[in-house]
Amino acid sequence: MKAYKYVGKPIPRQDVSKVFGDAIYAYDVKLPGMLYAKLVGSTYAHARIKRIDYSKALKVPGVIKVFTGEDFPFKVGIYAADRDVLARGKVLYYGHPVAGVVAETPEAAEEAAELIEVEYEPLEPVLTIEDALRPDAPLIHEHMEEYRHASFIYPRPGTNIANYLKLRKGDIKKGFEEADVVVESEYREPLISHAYMENWVGIARVLSDGTVEVWSSHQSPFAVRHLLAASLGLPIGKVVVHHTFVGGGFGGKAGLLLEHIPVLFSMKLGGRPVRLELNREENFLFMAQRAGYLFKMKTGATKDGRLVAHYGEYYLDAGAYADYTVNIGRSVGFVPTGPYEVPNIHVDSITVYTNKVPTTAFRGFGMQEMHFAFEQQIDQLAEKLGMDPLELRLKNAIVPGKSYLPTQVRVREDAGDPAGTMKRAAELIGWGKKPEKPDEPWKFRGIGIASFWKGPVQPSNAASSAIVKVNEDGSVDVLVGTGEMGQGTIYALAQIVAEELGIPVEKVRVAPIRSTDSVAYTWQTVGSRGLFSEGQALMRALDDLKNQMREIAARVFNVFKDEIEIKDGKACVKGKPWECISLAEMALGYTLPNGNAIHGPLIGRGSHVPSQTTYLDPETGRGEPKPFMTFGTGAVEVEVDLLNMRVRVLKAVTVLDTPVINPGLALGQAYGGAVMGISIALNEELKLTKDGRLLNPNFTDYKVARAGDIPVEMVAEFLGVGQKNAPYGAKGVGELTMLAWPAAIANAIYNAIGVRIRKLPITPDNLLEAIKEQRPELLKELDKYLLGGE
Amino acid sequence: MAETITIRLKVNGVEKEVTVKPNERLLDVLREKFYINSVKAGCLRGECGICTVIMNGKLVKSCLVLAPEADGAEILTVEGLSRPGKPSVVQRAFIEKFGFQCGFCTPAFIMAAYWIVENMPDASEKEIKEILNSVICRCTGYKQIIEAIKYAIELKKQA
Ligand code: FES
Ligand code: FES
Repeated sequence: MKAYKYVGKPIPRQDVSKVFGDAIYAYDVKLPGMLYAKLVGSTYAHARIKRIDYSKALKVPGVIKVFTGEDFPFKVGIYAADRDVLARGKVLYYGHPVAGVVAETPEAAEEAAELIEVEYEPLEPVLTIEDALRPDAPLIHEHMEEYRHASFIYPRPGTNIANYLKLRKGDIKKGFEEADVVVESEYREPLISHAYMENWVGIARVLSDGTVEVWSSHQSPFAVRHLLAASLGLPIGKVVVHHTFVGGGFGGKAGLLLEHIPVLFSMKLGGRPVRLELNREENFLFMAQRAGYLFKMKTGATKDGRLVAHYGEYYLDAGAYADYTVNIGRSVGFVPTGPYEVPNIHVDSITVYTNKVPTTAFRGFGMQEMHFAFEQQIDQLAEKLGMDPLELRLKNAIVPGKSYLPTQVRVREDAGDPAGTMKRAAELIGWGKKPEKPDEPWKFRGIGIASFWKGPVQPSNAASSAIVKVNEDGSVDVLVGTGEMGQGTIYALAQIVAEELGIPVEKVRVAPIRSTDSVAYTWQTVGSRGLFSEGQALMRALDDLKNQMREIAARVFNVFKDEIEIKDGKACVKGKPWECISLAEMALGYTLPNGNAIHGPLIGRGSHVPSQTTYLDPETGRGEPKPFMTFGTGAVEVEVDLLNMRVRVLKAVTVLDTPVINPGLALGQAYGGAVMGISIALNEELKLTKDGRLLNPNFTDYKVARAGDIPVEMVAEFLGVGQKNAPYGAKGVGELTMLAWPAAIANAIYNAIGVRIRKLPITPDNLLEAIKEQRPELLKELDKYLLGGE
Repeated sequence: MAETITIRLKVNGVEKEVTVKPNERLLDVLREKFYINSVKAGCLRGECGICTVIMNGKLVKSCLVLAPEADGAEILTVEGLSRPGKPSVVQRAFIEKFGFQCGFCTPAFIMAAYWIVENMPDASEKEIKEILNSVICRCTGYKQIIEAIKYAIELKKQA
């Protein structure tokens, strides 16, 4: 990569207020006269609501109002508007909010909430994918045919199927006839939680002119605005969503969360500000979590290691509301295999409703889960073929410009370097060398590898825009709509501005706290799309700005525009560095010697739509779904301890093909993604009782990785292979860093002890079960040591 | 109405008497009576460590300390570590080493880091991790936090 002054450098982030304690999150927002809301959750997973008695609640001093589902007879949602504001008629999951109290203090709201009595008639809960698909299964959504859906979602009213996606490529029958070896397996991942540190909170008020104002912990301010307006029938220009710092999102704060609840409460209470803040338990119970998965896969290859056929049934356990998850079902359906060319594919991806907590996006949008399954198919095929798993991967890796996507469109020439990431990751983990055998005979080490690819899953018209304003001192304000939830995209954008204009990065400000009525539009902050999409809009805005600078300077020095160059924050006549005007001098226009002012304030504007993406054919999935794909490979060395049945990741290697704007930020994503991925692989699961009650809504029982759990060594590299239309070639990174780990760890465990992991998380119990099934002799050997046979 | 009591606290060097309910958490007293913005809640049951501050020289989870227990105590939060434009070594290290992302956990980690730098300047990586185990960060994967702490120890030694 060419050497730049700012781009590619680990320049410290601008949001140092986080380090000094004055950063403001929605959690910190308080308004004068603010009221406090508290929700009452259901105590059944599936039941009819017979009666709600809140007369006692109303008597608590300070209580203003109690709302129930009947106060809001409509649905909200993004891809499938299947969500009630508060449960109506039935509760669909344990914790489903059935009523909401608004009071003058949080204490009064809490006391009143406890006094609300709800009488239920329990119904049979549907708690597994298999049960949901039984022909005689109870219907969770009885009137699905009435729901609003995005045009690309295909629900099946009269069943529990929220979306059914078909992908057909080539001739599956012929493909399997050609295959010499076939591997058939099932893989499962449970529902899990984003476990971001800032619990969801939303504050809303309605001003006397009808403006609805919202502060909330969200990723995508414009999506919140759009969905509030669309769901509540409000004029969009009257909805203002304020974006503060966000204490982590990971997909769990994409789209509309519960913002409509404080908005509706405020609307019914004369516009007074209403705050709804969830505590940790409520955040587990009420907020959408990540779906569970079941993959049934059958994959075939020829003797010489060519992948020829892949058949799959993919099921997503979406919980009670599949509003967002239906689109994840699409995502895993139209990219149903790893980064390999497979000529014949037949996949059905089916998103089902169950009586569990609703689900939504999660970093990776189904791709971590799909790769967990598919990358183990690859290792199993390699074993059957007697081939090195790396060699099998390299043989079939997507070749940009030549290979076809599962959706039958050719992969663009400059798409990246999948094979390069495989080779480099293998090198870094020491592929081919047997890991050291620990002294303790009950400990085993192994290495494993998993490749992956992903691009954003977005509507074909997902738009972005950027505005660059020059201030009187030559500093620059950048307005973009992308959210800041830790990933730091806006600071990478600031580096691009500094580079393009040749000004110190300290002179570029991208305000983190912004509102939808005062920044440029973007569709959503999801799918690792921010840098690529906002980046392109920003490059255009900078071109626009530089063009205006050239126009002014050309006029002042009486030359042609193309004789002007922009550098060091100035517009200069080429070859005459003394004939220059600085950004500061032309910030508000330029005043000629005779007093004539020209041009006026400098504002650059730019926009972007991914104009090459298309709709997909409903019968075959054919089409161009994504504006870019980032390719990568992860590799791990693990140690399996059969005494305590624990798996430790000793080393984790990430290699991505893309260049990066700020290696400090990108490494932060890589390490954070690795630790989150390892945590998901080894620990995380939302556990339910037989009747659907959540057992672990807290951090004692829902275990996320802590400092002591991280790998001894973490390495990440970026190969610098860019896509031409991306800003400085840089594609998305954030989600990509999390995709490899469950697959790579499972492959490494097999390498260590010859046991295949088909179910997450790899807890001691689940590992023991897999060993008992597949290699019980390991346990016999263990007995020898335990009985002191040494 | 619940009875109230008066307690005296010294927060970041400023002493003040405040009237609180006996079952009020130190966390809420700091946020509501002392206007300390950095102290956040993540769980209110001692599990996430996001509310960590230094009380009488010790790292404590302010959601687990009841107001009466804090009577007479000296409390330090990130607001007390620096003056505008003059970051402490720990804050400087977090900035230079990318020791934060969303920032919601950051004040807690900065206080843990400050405590380590002040009290255990020879801490091994393992010992650093043991102390950090009491705070959850879901964003960073801890590596850059640990690097920042090691760097802060070095900066302090140089100074
Ligand atoms: S809020 Fe105190 S430990 Fe979580
Ligand atoms: S930086 Fe987000 S939780 Fe630590």
